Amino acid sequence: MSAAKNININLKIWRQKNAKAKGSMETYKLDNVSTASSFLEMLDQLNEELVNEKKEPVAFDHDCREGICGMCSLYINGRAHGPDTGTTTCQLHMRKFNDGDTIFIEPWRSKAFPVVKDLVVDRSSFDRIQQAGGFVSVNTSGNTIDANATPINKGDADKSFEAAACIGCGACVATCKNGSAMLFVGAKVSQYALLPQGKVEATERVLNMVRQMDEEGFGNCTNTGACEVECPKGISLENIARMNREYLSASLKG
Amino acid sequence: MAKSTMLKSSIAKKVAMALSGLFLMLFLAQHFFINMTSVFSPDTFNSISHFMGNNPLVQYVIQPILIVGVIFHFIMGFTLDLKNRNARPVSYVKFDGAANSSWASRNMIISGSVVLAFLGLHFYDFWFPEMIYKYVDVNALEPTRYFHELAEKFESPVRTGLYCFSFLLLSLHLWHGFNSSFQSVGANNKFTKASHKFGYAFAIVIPFGFIFIALFHHFNH
Repeated sequence: MSAAKNININLKIWRQKNAKAKGSMETYKLDNVSTASSFLEMLDQLNEELVNEKKEPVAFDHDCREGICGMCSLYINGRAHGPDTGTTTCQLHMRKFNDGDTIFIEPWRSKAFPVVKDLVVDRSSFDRIQQAGGFVSVNTSGNTIDANATPINKGDADKSFEAAACIGCGACVATCKNGSAMLFVGAKVSQYALLPQGKVEATERVLNMVRQMDEEGFGNCTNTGACEVECPKGISLENIARMNREYLSASLKG
Repeated sequence: MAKSTMLKSSIAKKVAMALSGLFLMLFLAQHFFINMTSVFSPDTFNSISHFMGNNPLVQYVIQPILIVGVIFHFIMGFTLDLKNRNARPVSYVKFDGAANSSWASRNMIISGSVVLAFLGLHFYDFWFPEMIYKYVDVNALEPTRYFHELAEKFESPVRTGLYCFSFLLLSLHLWHGFNSSFQSVGANNKFTKASHKFGYAFAIVIPFGFIFIALFHHFNH
């Protein structure tokens, strides 16, 4: 790995006071950014400068900064989570940029993800989809059966685990030209549909989750495959096909 | 769940779009094979065209189904596109779609609109005159007229150029549409790799075959 150096960059960042305000792109110049710093640390550096200048810092979402919580977002230079694939914004480093670069930073754009402030969006539509059916009902009155006591085909277990890796960051919606949430919902449906514990409520689950997804105002999937490319957890399009099968089968039963 | 709710769902619309697309691709394939006979044997082309143009099953059952399928596919395509545009009321200032998806997949509405415009021209050239010939003027059956009617149309370089351009856009539409339709109906399995290859071959062979036929008649008659 090459040694860290300092670069000077130009930033074009979406600024919006609140959900109702009209936002716009603002330009900032930021000098002496270490290429060893993460993208979010670069924004921290910008915010420190803005605070020192008695200006409003840029609001952006972040939490674990380890690529696992799904809290960070940001549409960077026209791509969800920036130029790397398989990476969240918090795991993106400034070594991916060059001295003198102009970097565009925008919030996720979706009717179902309204902007709260600056780069922060409200992703509670994902929570409501989960609440509509993304769970397995378990009797916790003392009669719970250990999950390991139920034999599960290795292939199904692996696919379920891969689907469960979805962190719900919303990059799939952000990058999809249609603003579709089908990769997220497909992963959440698949995660349970593949396991015997999830099959009991499979019919209601897929019908309720898809209904909620449609009510939230997400677009329709046209299979461009952009979501799969930009997903930081590598969730496969296979999950959307499985959801489609589950939905058709559940509709005929229901 | 009420069936009416199911039919309004995004997935049901996707499936309907895919099934109508698959049906139209089947039609396209048979149209291609019939037209290809015009290159090798005008007599065979005339015989098949006469059969297709006068068989009651083709005329009164398959043809109306086909027209409904075409209209449904286009109306559904525009409806879904409108809904998808509404799902992102504020556009990105910078959007790098080419970084993660093909032009063909992102612009189905453009390629589809060109194909729709082409269908208007194609109907004006062949279908309307055929309907007038048979059902308005009620002319006598002439089993040998089809090849001449076809060759005559491709005398014009403008028309031939428009047909070739439309087939290029059709190729792009099929490049994404063929494989997308299988994904939409839930077919993503061990056969997907092979079906993708077949889909790409279909998207090249059929439209470029039509281009070959148009150019053949333009330069040979």
